[in-house]
Amino acid sequence: MIAALLVMIGIAVFLGAVLGFSAIKFKVQGNPLVEKIDAVLPQTQCGQCGFPGCKPYAEALAKGEADINKCPPGGEEGIHKLADLLGKEFIPFGEGAPPKAKSVAFIDESTCIGCTLCIQACPVDAIVGAAKQMHTIIASECTGCELCLAPCPVDCISMLPIAEDITNWKWRYPVFPIQATI
Amino acid sequence: MKAAFKFHGGVHPPTHKTESTRTPIAQTALPSKLVIPLHQHVGARAKPVVQVGEHVLKGQMIGKPEGRLSNAVHASTSGTVSAIDLQLVAHHSGQPDLCVTIVPDGRDEWIAHTGVDYKQTAHTELRHLLRQAGVVGLGGAVFPSDLKAYSNKHKIKTMVLNGAECEPYITCDDMLMRERPADILRGAEVLRELLYAEEILIGIEDNKPEAIAAMRQAVIDGKHEHMTVVAVPTVYPSGGAKQLMRILTGIEVAAGVRSTEKGLQCFNVATAYSAWRAIAHGEPLLSRIVTVTGNVAHAQNFEVLLGTPVDELMAQAGSRPDTDKHIMGGPMMGVQLPSATVGITKAANCIIASSPALFPPPKPALPCIRCTRCAEVCPAELQPQDLYWFAKANNFGKAQEFHLFDCIECGACTYVCPSNIPLVNYYRYAKSEIWAREQEAQAAELARERHEFRQLRIEREKQEKAEKLAQKEKAAAVAKAASDAVQMPTATPLGPNADPDDAMQLRIDAALARAKEQASAAHPKNTETLTPQQHAEIAEADARRAKAHEMALSDAEQKSE
Amino acid sequence: MWISPFITKSNSVGEIMFKVMLALIPGIALYVWYFGPAILVSLTLASLTALATEAAMLKLRERPLKPFLSDNSALLTAWLLALSIPPLAPWWMVVVGTAFAIAVSKHLYGGLGNNTFNPAMIGYAVLIISFPVHMTHWLTPHALGGIELSFAEQLSYIFKGVLPNGLTLDAVTMATPLDTLKTQLHLGLSVHDISDMPIYGHLAGKGSEMVALGFAIGGVYLLLNRIITWHLPLAYLGALFATAGIFHLVDPTHYVTPLFHWFSGAAMLGAFFILTDPVTSPTTAKGKIIFAVGAGVLTYLIRAFGGFPDGMAFATLFMNICVPLIDAWTQPKVFGKKGGKQ
Repeated sequence: MIAALLVMIGIAVFLGAVLGFSAIKFKVQGNPLVEKIDAVLPQTQCGQCGFPGCKPYAEALAKGEADINKCPPGGEEGIHKLADLLGKEFIPFGEGAPPKAKSVAFIDESTCIGCTLCIQACPVDAIVGAAKQMHTIIASECTGCELCLAPCPVDCISMLPIAEDITNWKWRYPVFPIQATI
Repeated sequence: MKAAFKFHGGVHPPTHKTESTRTPIAQTALPSKLVIPLHQHVGARAKPVVQVGEHVLKGQMIGKPEGRLSNAVHASTSGTVSAIDLQLVAHHSGQPDLCVTIVPDGRDEWIAHTGVDYKQTAHTELRHLLRQAGVVGLGGAVFPSDLKAYSNKHKIKTMVLNGAECEPYITCDDMLMRERPADILRGAEVLRELLYAEEILIGIEDNKPEAIAAMRQAVIDGKHEHMTVVAVPTVYPSGGAKQLMRILTGIEVAAGVRSTEKGLQCFNVATAYSAWRAIAHGEPLLSRIVTVTGNVAHAQNFEVLLGTPVDELMAQAGSRPDTDKHIMGGPMMGVQLPSATVGITKAANCIIASSPALFPPPKPALPCIRCTRCAEVCPAELQPQDLYWFAKANNFGKAQEFHLFDCIECGACTYVCPSNIPLVNYYRYAKSEIWAREQEAQAAELARERHEFRQLRIEREKQEKAEKLAQKEKAAAVAKAASDAVQMPTATPLGPNADPDDAMQLRIDAALARAKEQASAAHPKNTETLTPQQHAEIAEADARRAKAHEMALSDAEQKSE
Repeated sequence: MWISPFITKSNSVGEIMFKVMLALIPGIALYVWYFGPAILVSLTLASLTALATEAAMLKLRERPLKPFLSDNSALLTAWLLALSIPPLAPWWMVVVGTAFAIAVSKHLYGGLGNNTFNPAMIGYAVLIISFPVHMTHWLTPHALGGIELSFAEQLSYIFKGVLPNGLTLDAVTMATPLDTLKTQLHLGLSVHDISDMPIYGHLAGKGSEMVALGFAIGGVYLLLNRIITWHLPLAYLGALFATAGIFHLVDPTHYVTPLFHWFSGAAMLGAFFILTDPVTSPTTAKGKIIFAVGAGVLTYLIRAFGGFPDGMAFATLFMNICVPLIDAWTQPKVFGKKGGKQ
């Protein structure tokens, strides 16, 4: 009886020590979940999710305060990635948030009056210009967030879908259907 | 000498080489126009340096290298530049690229050019000459040769000269080695000098006995001491640079590793030939040997001016009417041309006229049965069936883990697959997706940085404004404190439950009161020299103003009640 | 746009499966020679059932019929299953086993190329668990000279379950040599006494040892035609030989020779035709060896100590489960990365 008790206690102490040791040895250094989520988001800073930028959305996601299907620029793949990262089920986009082709803003320079409103709206400083001077978009920096469209008083900004050319062309998913004949 | 090593796998497709080796290399007639792409090499596209309408001479540079990894492009004959615009090019995408179109004047008039003695010339100068002459790897990879003929960090022991030419149908290197071995070897000698390599191993597949004999004779005739011609077994893809290095030296160069790190460098025989023409004769790369074969009456090798439209070239070989498409390169790794009007480029070692009878369309694909015939033939020793599984499921992380980027896209796996699965296409797709994602991730990272900087800037500006405001307020407060010291405070302090309207009213009252005080406290400075009558008038006006003020005040009081 | 390579070697799944079936012919011929033509009835029955089930499942799964029916994989499954069950088994057993193999263990897993378990062995396992009595009544070889049924009488039993007057099933059939060995050992006889019994021939059971030889000949044909590689059969037979050899050396009175194990039961059929099913075996060379060695040892253990006379089917099924793990373990180093560091 005593021996059995002692053995049990011994095992308990030993296992406890192992657990304690592994807790120290394999300690996970703080979970940078927000950073991880932010890394998955497309960084368009468009605010379509209802948050002022990607980081705030990431923070809300980390706290569980937002749904994972609020990011149209990320596409369905983005939702899948968020679902994987957060261990949630995939939810499709709600109606009215269809994924669009990636595009960049373009300023019709003959119409631009140089009001600087779009410059103030651009979340990534991709518009150059000064008051009463014509503005222009740095296409390579533009994330296609469309935030500059609304403030423009003369509607001189349009979104141009990025056309495929020899530099950004991608191989297609191979489609070799089995011929359904009998 | 026989090859001492082997590489894993490989396939033996029917070679179809004898069709195009019966007659010597032929010259082509001057075409009606030349469509010369400005991007014929690995790296940045050459920058056009001619204008539309400009007359150019044969050998004149029309595109200059832009950046370090780039190369020059030249006019292949004399004539007039008729267009610099987007034209279809030989590319898997079928997308157009910037091309210079030249209408030949028929005189074929050279620019002034002279060669140099490579032994008397500095290495940097030789490399510069290669770059200016547009010499790139002619085996198909078109990597700028000046950058390859250089090794500062690693000692190069062996330079491999690639005459394996393992792809079916292609015989351009074979014919070049048969007909012009001396210049090939001289060019190789220049490249060896540039690399300070100890020896040159020339690998030629043993299905080209004439080329092997010619090259061996040329080694003896040219008294080339460091060169050995090695007959390598005929197995596709022995002409892959890494596979040939393995066959000749036993050394394996992994993906992502430069061969120079292992003391090896590899050049194609045609590249060596062009290097010699460029150094010894000052001739830029204006033409190349192209095998024209497949569904044509006379399969043959031609020396073709770069930019020659494919259809004009095919006409000289007797194209047959049932030709439905053209393939640039071999049947294993070639590109289907988007149009027969594209110009011949530096990479175009072979043009195959294809017909449904010659290359029947692919059979429908069945599921993978994991038979591992693909793994048996994979020269990179991958597990293609696993890669296929991951690429098909868009599981790119796993595909990379299974060494997707070690795949050399030789097509051996697709060739043997009994289920007719287009395996290489899946790998190309997966690679291209991974690259695109990488770029997207970089763009997103840039956007994030710019956004964060902007937030920071806005915050800073706000703070600066706030500070300025605070300073102003402080100054105002000091002034107010000074005036409060003499006057009774007129504004009652706000209670915590003050109604916003009340607060507003109080603030307005305070502002009014302050204005009144200031008015009464201020002494007009320009009244000393006035007459009493004027003083009286002033007093009257002041009274009027005070009355109006009072009425306004009572009005405000009434409104607020 | 059509993408390179533009040429392919002319081979197909159907061709590979056909060659495997061709390789079964010597074994089947010897089967007929020693045991009579009843086996041809089960082969036909199984083939028809397999094609019908395959077609029905393809229809249900909305897949095209022609490419999949012509891949011969269902036929091969049917043949392997038919060869593993007694020729005198009632027709409905063949039908149930084959249908189960095709419908459940193949199509419910996603069809050709996606099944985890060898369909023929699943069919066998289902039958031996569900109908153990029928599964242990095998035909006696002609050489034993016992009572023999005519082909018409065999057909009548297979389809109607009727035997000629005065005969019982036990009188016209026998247990397999492996089964007899097990029973007799339990009764306390020594290996030496048992192998003197008339049903045993030179190495193993009379007749059945020759059929096994026939399968081995077919296996060599497959090896020469590069349909299969040496890894699986060699490792399997090697492991079976080694395990049996150790036990035989230690105690020859209770453990038979390794050659007996090679030529008994489904060892040869399994080594060359069942384990080598590409879909359910590992893809790496090392993995194939691990897989086959495991199957060989398990086969012996089940035969010597388990509850079933033959262990081939269950050894295969058990090792099938381990395939993904084995493949993950044995990923080979790729070109240029073999020197340890990259």
